[in-house]
Amino acid sequence: MANEIIIPTPLRVYAGKQDVVEAEGSTVGELLDNLTSEYTELRNHLYNDEGKLRHFVNVYVNDDDIRYLQKEATPIKDGDTVSIVPSVAGGSGLAMAIK
Amino acid sequence: MLNNQEKTLIVSDNVAVYIQNHGRETYPNECCGALIGNDNVVGKCFSLPNKTEEEPRCRFFVSPDDYRAAEQRATKFGHELIGFYHSHPDHPAHPSQYDLDHAWPMFAYVIIAVEKGEPGVMTSWRLREDRSAFDEEHVRVVKVTLPYQVEDE
Repeated sequence: MANEIIIPTPLRVYAGKQDVVEAEGSTVGELLDNLTSEYTELRNHLYNDEGKLRHFVNVYVNDDDIRYLQKEATPIKDGDTVSIVPSVAGGSGLAMAIK
Repeated sequence: MLNNQEKTLIVSDNVAVYIQNHGRETYPNECCGALIGNDNVVGKCFSLPNKTEEEPRCRFFVSPDDYRAAEQRATKFGHELIGFYHSHPDHPAHPSQYDLDHAWPMFAYVIIAVEKGEPGVMTSWRLREDRSAFDEEHVRVVKVTLPYQVEDE
């Protein structure tokens, strides 16, 4: 069973310039493992040095954030669409000076 | 440091004015928004809510839902989401370590310095492949006519 994974704009270049790819897996974790095995350059941008999903990488199963489901153990059903969604953050970083 | 001399981000003059005004309006807090266009040309932009739960004078945050909406909006226009802009109130238009830690590849990160409420220098930065640093690219503001048009929220 292969499920569609929606790739966000900044990562498409690492996924064969595709906005949607297919991968197999019974959980989100398996699916992402298989995805990054095929598209190895994605790994550095999805996972940190400890092998955990980066904080600003959000993964949705259909319209639900996996943080509110079972995280990477969230089961995938036939027909589910998985989306990788960035949150974007930054700033001057003067917090300490202001506070 | 400009060590990426061959790279230039072409920005529509309407977009530049829009970003300047947005930075002025939200001062002393940071503004943020999406850049729409193709390749290295920014033809449109639109503001996004700064949803940081930290200090908005030095942080911005675009939520995943707002990100998804921005990408869909870019596609609707027949263009691509090519980056984001934000302001640095009373701080140089230079990316911080926090900017680096949270950056995405490929995107243009436009920063506008806003000094005492008045917009100043605008710069653009790209994350290196190995995530080790940003490279600055030239910003060239040009007059862009149709089909580009700045859209207000």
